[in-house]
Amino acid sequence: MEAIRTFSSKTVVLPIENVDTDQIIPARFLKTTSKQGLGKQLFSDWRYDGSGQPKADFVLNRPEAQGASVLVAGDNFGCGSSREHAPWALYDYGFRAVVSTTIADIFRSNALKNGLLPIIVDQALHGHLVAAPGTTVTISLETQTIALPDGTTAKFSVEPFARYCLLNGIDELQFLLSQDDAIKTFEARSSA
Amino acid sequence: MKPRTLFEKLWDAHVVLPATSDTPAVIYIDLHLIHEVTSPQAFTILRDAKLRVRRPERTVATMDHSTPTTPRGSDGRIPILDAQAAKQIGQLETNCGDFGIELHALGSDGQGIVHVIGPELGVTQPGMTIVCGDSHTSTHGAFGALAFGIGTSEVSHVLATQSLLQQRPKTLAVTVDGTLRHGVTAKDLILAVIARLGIGGGTGHVIEYRGPAIRALSMEERMTVCNMSIEAGARAGMIAPDETTYQYLAGRPRAPQGAAWDKAVAAWKLLPGDEGATFDREEHFDAATLEPMITYGTNPGMGMAIGASVPAPKGASDEKALAYMGLKAHQSLLGHGIDVVFIGSCTNSRISDLRQAATVFRGHKVAKNVRALIVPGSQRIKKQAEAEGLDKIFRDAGADWREAGCSMCIAMNGDQLAPGQYAVSTSNRNFEGRQGAGGRTFLASPLTAAAAAITGKITDARTLLG
Ligand code: SF4
Repeated sequence: MEAIRTFSSKTVVLPIENVDTDQIIPARFLKTTSKQGLGKQLFSDWRYDGSGQPKADFVLNRPEAQGASVLVAGDNFGCGSSREHAPWALYDYGFRAVVSTTIADIFRSNALKNGLLPIIVDQALHGHLVAAPGTTVTISLETQTIALPDGTTAKFSVEPFARYCLLNGIDELQFLLSQDDAIKTFEARSSA
Repeated sequence: MKPRTLFEKLWDAHVVLPATSDTPAVIYIDLHLIHEVTSPQAFTILRDAKLRVRRPERTVATMDHSTPTTPRGSDGRIPILDAQAAKQIGQLETNCGDFGIELHALGSDGQGIVHVIGPELGVTQPGMTIVCGDSHTSTHGAFGALAFGIGTSEVSHVLATQSLLQQRPKTLAVTVDGTLRHGVTAKDLILAVIARLGIGGGTGHVIEYRGPAIRALSMEERMTVCNMSIEAGARAGMIAPDETTYQYLAGRPRAPQGAAWDKAVAAWKLLPGDEGATFDREEHFDAATLEPMITYGTNPGMGMAIGASVPAPKGASDEKALAYMGLKAHQSLLGHGIDVVFIGSCTNSRISDLRQAATVFRGHKVAKNVRALIVPGSQRIKKQAEAEGLDKIFRDAGADWREAGCSMCIAMNGDQLAPGQYAVSTSNRNFEGRQGAGGRTFLASPLTAAAAAITGKITDARTLLG
């Protein structure tokens, strides 16, 4: 996995609340056995019409949204299923952060394992970002801050271990594998 | 020792390494359930890293999400027409073969929805930690297990190490007093809980359901309740084990037998929360005031009593939901026409659900222009229902009686709504397009779904039950 430290990007704003994983990536695209290429199907039912043509009024299809890697989303983003295809699709499309007022638990945990930062901000800052789509924000995982051009800066929190993994581009599995002795001890104790 | 809740006892008993200021706790996983959709990439991770499955005997696989439920061919096999689904299903067979994992394959007697077969086999037991790459893993909490859904990366973690890094969740007690009235089911109870908590209301929490109304539920009803915990945002839902739990498990193929059974029950009896244990949050409900429920929007939190009127939208997201559903604020749903009825899913596809539906179907015909699909949760349930003649009641009514699987709950296998169609479904999600692109879902109990099937419109089943 690629390490994340600091990056700047303009935002895309999708202020709908409770965007569920079936919207992020509809189930019919889950018949894949790989992680790649899911970006094309991101928000498929909102993004394309019945004949597969992009819907001009959907935010991701607007010219000004191209190249943005920060998604500003409504409250409780990522609710619903545990499909990791949701962060895979967002990442494959080019997103590196989702900013919201709350983010669903399993989505958050999945996002952190895939180089997609779940960023929780307060209502005031969220309102500010929603009101000004395309704002360039600078996100630093090192200082855990999100900064706006007008100088507004807010802290966000990321679980220390997930942050360590993301900053160094390493993966949780390596850590768990290195705990083999502790796992063996646990197994010996519980089968006794 | 400080009094502990059920959750706290289970958590404490599974800590391999406690949390530090830098790392979350490492938790041991007793049982790992896998299915074809969220496991392929996890096995790829294992193969790429040249890892083995640490405890294959603690892993059980089935096929359910993308499998067809259409009738068997003359050779007794269930044909898979979708090439991508066939590939995914073939991949699971290869993975289970290569890594030595027990598989209940399509067409076999043990196949079924992953959350239905775990309890049915008796591999789901009190006191266990149980995970699956599926958010409705919360179902297994009905047995007093700590059961939650995980992503595919975590599936690889559990396969390789039988452990997971976990942040400790908060606890939420949902206490339900009183008695459910006639015609009001466990599904109605949980839809009412979610309507009150909201779809994100349980985020960060594990729910423990308690109180006399919960104690009075059968195991199948308890599974319906715990199943939908995730629809309030909670990772897990649990119910302390009691005699109902032990009776359900006794004699199941994989439950402990003989002296091992007595020892297990003695241990399980220590699991319920201690007197004086406290929760981070508490909510109270009165079962006697609950009505049959139905959803009117595009998430499971948008539910109301079946006779109520659609609430006024509280913002743009609600407006979008009503527009998608083609409904107006203040309208009643009673009498609203429907096109499809789906009875099935890990929420309501068990034998008691089918028996309930059959009480409504018996002697009636499915309304003209309505398609009714009845999909048992497992092959064992299918057999049982056929032994009881329930399939005949459904078929005589003109309903479609299917092979076991997730089917129209997730619409991956060809069972799906057409754009614009309305369905009354016993499943757990009414998200936009969940049952087929453009399809519109009303979530309800098997009784309400059956009543809609024979009347062709949304109907309070109590008016038919007498
Ligand atoms: S029945 Fe539906 S909710 Fe349950 S496991 Fe299958 S797809 Fe998921």
